[in-house]
Amino acid sequence: MGLRDIAIVGTAQRPSEINSTFTSVELLLPIIQEVLTKVGIERQDIGFWCHGSCDYMSGQPFSFVAAVDAIGAWPPIIESHVEADGAFALYEAWVKLQTGEVDVALVFSNGKTTSGPINRILNLQTDPYMVAPLWPGFDVLSALQARACLEAGVVTQRQMAEVAWRSQRDGKNNPFTLSGTEMSVDELLSQPFTVDPLRAHDCAIPVDGANAIILAAGDAARRLAKRPAWIRGIDHRIDTQRLGARSMIESSSATIAAQKAGVGKDRIDVAELHAPYTHQELLLRQAMGLSESTHINPSGGALVANPAMAAGLARFAEAAESVFSGSADRVLAHCTSGPLLQQNLVCVMEGE
Amino acid sequence: MSEADGLMRLRLPIAVTYNWSAGPNATSHLAGLMEGKLIGKRCPSCSSVYFPARNGVCPKCARILAEDVTVGPKGTITTFCIVNVPFLGQKIKLPYVAAQILLDGADISMQHLIQECEAEDVRIGMRVEPVWKDRSEWGPSMENIEHFRPTGEPDQVMGSESGAS
Repeated sequence: MGLRDIAIVGTAQRPSEINSTFTSVELLLPIIQEVLTKVGIERQDIGFWCHGSCDYMSGQPFSFVAAVDAIGAWPPIIESHVEADGAFALYEAWVKLQTGEVDVALVFSNGKTTSGPINRILNLQTDPYMVAPLWPGFDVLSALQARACLEAGVVTQRQMAEVAWRSQRDGKNNPFTLSGTEMSVDELLSQPFTVDPLRAHDCAIPVDGANAIILAAGDAARRLAKRPAWIRGIDHRIDTQRLGARSMIESSSATIAAQKAGVGKDRIDVAELHAPYTHQELLLRQAMGLSESTHINPSGGALVANPAMAAGLARFAEAAESVFSGSADRVLAHCTSGPLLQQNLVCVMEGE
Repeated sequence: MSEADGLMRLRLPIAVTYNWSAGPNATSHLAGLMEGKLIGKRCPSCSSVYFPARNGVCPKCARILAEDVTVGPKGTITTFCIVNVPFLGQKIKLPYVAAQILLDGADISMQHLIQECEAEDVRIGMRVEPVWKDRSEWGPSMENIEHFRPTGEPDQVMGSESGAS
């Protein structure tokens, strides 16, 4: 049996906030209504709902269950949740659509990244015996990775600053992000280290955010969008959780995922990479074999707005929107999870 | 670190501090409790009154609960359980009754303690009222109510109340 044709047909994103006083449910509700309105369908038309979030970020076990209130569960609905970025919920929805049981799915994610010390909270994703008790946090781990990359000559400080400069420039045009500084590459390079060899601009800005995407199969997708973003390949690969057992200067899971998703089969116009640190964008570009002609993160990327657990799905929204508008024909959306690019999800989409 | 029995044991406590926000929609409910008021929220779509106001949205209609509604203070027991089992940290003398109480004017029940009567006398349909703690102990919490007690009014015939869901 062949695969069904499945496409993104609509997206909605909430503008980034710091210290939002809304609950997660209140963050989600308007954005879910917005995406339904944009696509022109009702709640009852959704065959499958899938949510991505992280209970550790709210400090409440099973807090994700409350999010069902934001989608309205009467009459009864079919829904699921992943304790991960919404991009992984999108993957689950894609699998659900492949079964042929449903034709339309809504994926949503939220992250109140600034309601707790995110660097410390994400530390709890690391190996609980040998790493987590040391409380390194993601910034310190990523600094070790950046150091290894610099010493191996895989990246340079200037390349990292150029990634930050380009992200901040492009992020200014994106209404969903917080605007960054307007420093030149040389000025960025003269800034002090925050976690040597990382400077402030090398690390993503944590924000509170929420977003939603509607997926549809075959004729339903053609009916719901003028130019759907057809998913041509999607793949998820994981490196070992043992940080000492994998190379810090490459990302083999990203390489395999990109290959399986068909990245190299044709040119990529736009790549939305979920890279919370500047050196990680450079690593990902190398791992996926992206050429100079690919426009990287025209949205500004996660560096200028990183709502944890929603930043990956935001990359899918941004990539799909560039297909909707006709500004790109073949795009890549990527999401990472875990410390040091441990998990990588790569998706290639095309317009018709 | 200790080495009892030749085994090395490590205690590695995990603690993370959060800034929790009740959100604008549930805040009036919590602020009401600070003043001894029971404030629920009405759904603009199905008119159900929620007490407590959950996350400030109606889970049936997926709408923001915008309108404040004062409920109670009296209510009716919709179901209950007699607790006979002792557990660590128990503060109340056994046996005691944990009941679901539908406050007058509300459409969802809430859980609270029933005291000032024998556990065996508690029944579905029994009318109850709150007994508040001393005002000096109040905070934004349902714990401002020490417990509920029978009012002595005739029982409510269950099923006759409106819209319980």
